[in-house]
Amino acid sequence: MTAIVPPTGSITASTATPWRRIKSAMATTGIVGSLFLALVPLVLIIGYVISRGWSLMATSEWFTGSIPILTRAAGPGMRPAIIGTLMITGAATAMAVPLGVLGGVFLSEYSGGSRFGRVVRFFAEVMTGVPSIVMGIFIATIWVAANGFSAFAGALALGCLMLPVIIRTSDEMLRLVPRELRESAYALGGRKAGTILRVVLPAAAPGIISGALLAVARAAGETAPLLFTIGFVNDTNTSLFSGNNTALSVQIFKNATQVYPGSQERAWAAALTLIAIVFVFTILSRLVSTFLGRKHQS
Amino acid sequence: MTVTRANGIPMTPTNVAPVTAASELPMDEVTERVFAVEAAAVDYGNHRAVDGVTLDIGTCEITAIIGPSGCGKSTFLRCLNRMNDFIPGAKVSGRIEYHGEDLYGPKVDAAEVRRRIGMVFQRPNPFPKSIFDNVAYGPRINKYKGDIGDLVEEALTRAALWDEVKDKLKKSAFALSGGQQQRLCIARALAVAPDVVLMDEPCSALDPIATSRIEDLMVELKRDYTIVIVTHNMQQAARVSDRTAFFTTDVDDAGNRTGRLVEIGPTETIFTSPTDPRTEGYITGRFG
Repeated sequence: MTAIVPPTGSITASTATPWRRIKSAMATTGIVGSLFLALVPLVLIIGYVISRGWSLMATSEWFTGSIPILTRAAGPGMRPAIIGTLMITGAATAMAVPLGVLGGVFLSEYSGGSRFGRVVRFFAEVMTGVPSIVMGIFIATIWVAANGFSAFAGALALGCLMLPVIIRTSDEMLRLVPRELRESAYALGGRKAGTILRVVLPAAAPGIISGALLAVARAAGETAPLLFTIGFVNDTNTSLFSGNNTALSVQIFKNATQVYPGSQERAWAAALTLIAIVFVFTILSRLVSTFLGRKHQS
Repeated sequence: MTVTRANGIPMTPTNVAPVTAASELPMDEVTERVFAVEAAAVDYGNHRAVDGVTLDIGTCEITAIIGPSGCGKSTFLRCLNRMNDFIPGAKVSGRIEYHGEDLYGPKVDAAEVRRRIGMVFQRPNPFPKSIFDNVAYGPRINKYKGDIGDLVEEALTRAALWDEVKDKLKKSAFALSGGQQQRLCIARALAVAPDVVLMDEPCSALDPIATSRIEDLMVELKRDYTIVIVTHNMQQAARVSDRTAFFTTDVDDAGNRTGRLVEIGPTETIFTSPTDPRTEGYITGRFG
């Protein structure tokens, strides 16, 4: 029974623990190296899109002009797609965020581990894995077939895509709110709905908002669900419910698949515009959630 | 600046007898009962967590509940304001009367019960709101009609926190220290003009200085409120309480642990000449 013996010898690092120090140094090198490797594609993509798309996007006609009818014509004009993307994503957000947050509230606060709640949670999880093109076909069948192409149809498809993500984020964020916080509201005579609205939701708000805005940013870049739902136009259509529309992602697809240099250039500039819009959304989501989070942390 | 309770009695009663030192009261019987508990038991699913608790809790007294970990002290405390309603599978049986009314009667409004019987929790848990809004939360949800600013000031003054926070009421409650946060939680509980304040190990997350301030506060508060405190700290029970209940755990043959009340009596008696040998063993540090 002499297994536990105090170590002897010098405490100098090089003599006491040489092998452990080497392993640690190797791990550090490996991790830093992987980080730079991971950055390479990111930087290359952003850099390349900027270099190919900037000159066209930097013109004012890019934001004001219509899309050239002849795809082989060079030059700017992407206003219809920018408006379309903002309108479709906006309408999808307006539908999916309130529904999704309420769904999350139901799962976290009301289902109480019931069988129904577990089934709904499971399906929300499965739905997040459904390929976006399936949402497009679904809406094309149940809505577009009867009502024709419109921005609203695209918003329905994107909304279906966002909904499960928002339900899950809200559910998870709400479940992170400590039980004691709810209990202290109840201990003051609070009732369930009021407590959720005034205490639980505000406590979970930073996470929910940041999750919801990420879903929005994601949806803004989707192409597949829009291909069969919004149709195609070259002039701006500000009507949400009627008439064909277009979006940046669809324009990238259409223009990039043409052989003409002019339309290729338009695809690059549209890609840069889309990245810029998503970037603004992301920054916004960060700002909002840090603001809400910091407001009440020491 | 007098706040009125739901039953019309001012929050600062003028018609009560002067507070008598605990040792001068005829302590074997409570003076006036707030709670009369008869054979109360709590089941979690198939497991009986607390069984056969019979005791009275007197008005404007501090009743301490002590006992080893897992003896059902907190579980029992949470029966007194129907907080166990929120624990899935928890079932309370026996009879618990609050001012002569069955607390678990079919027509009882549990939210109103909790408004009258407030609770302070183990860890300070302010809402993610400003100091002011934390205290104003209860009165606002209960549709308080008077001047909410005055009410917040009174509650914070009663919780001995006003002087420290009066210049930063708009600041986040999280900016306060742990001890201040716990006094804020007490102020928040007092702002709805409760009749009883239940405290579940309110000092276990606090340092000795903050603890001593909360203890002073409890003694101050018992002029107007009935206080029931669960504590692991026997010195604390001895310092602040008028009556002490000792709980312990029985383990049956199957290994199920059930909390039971061993005895309740004047704090001095429990700590100097307890009737049950288990109480003596616990307070002299031989077990638990």
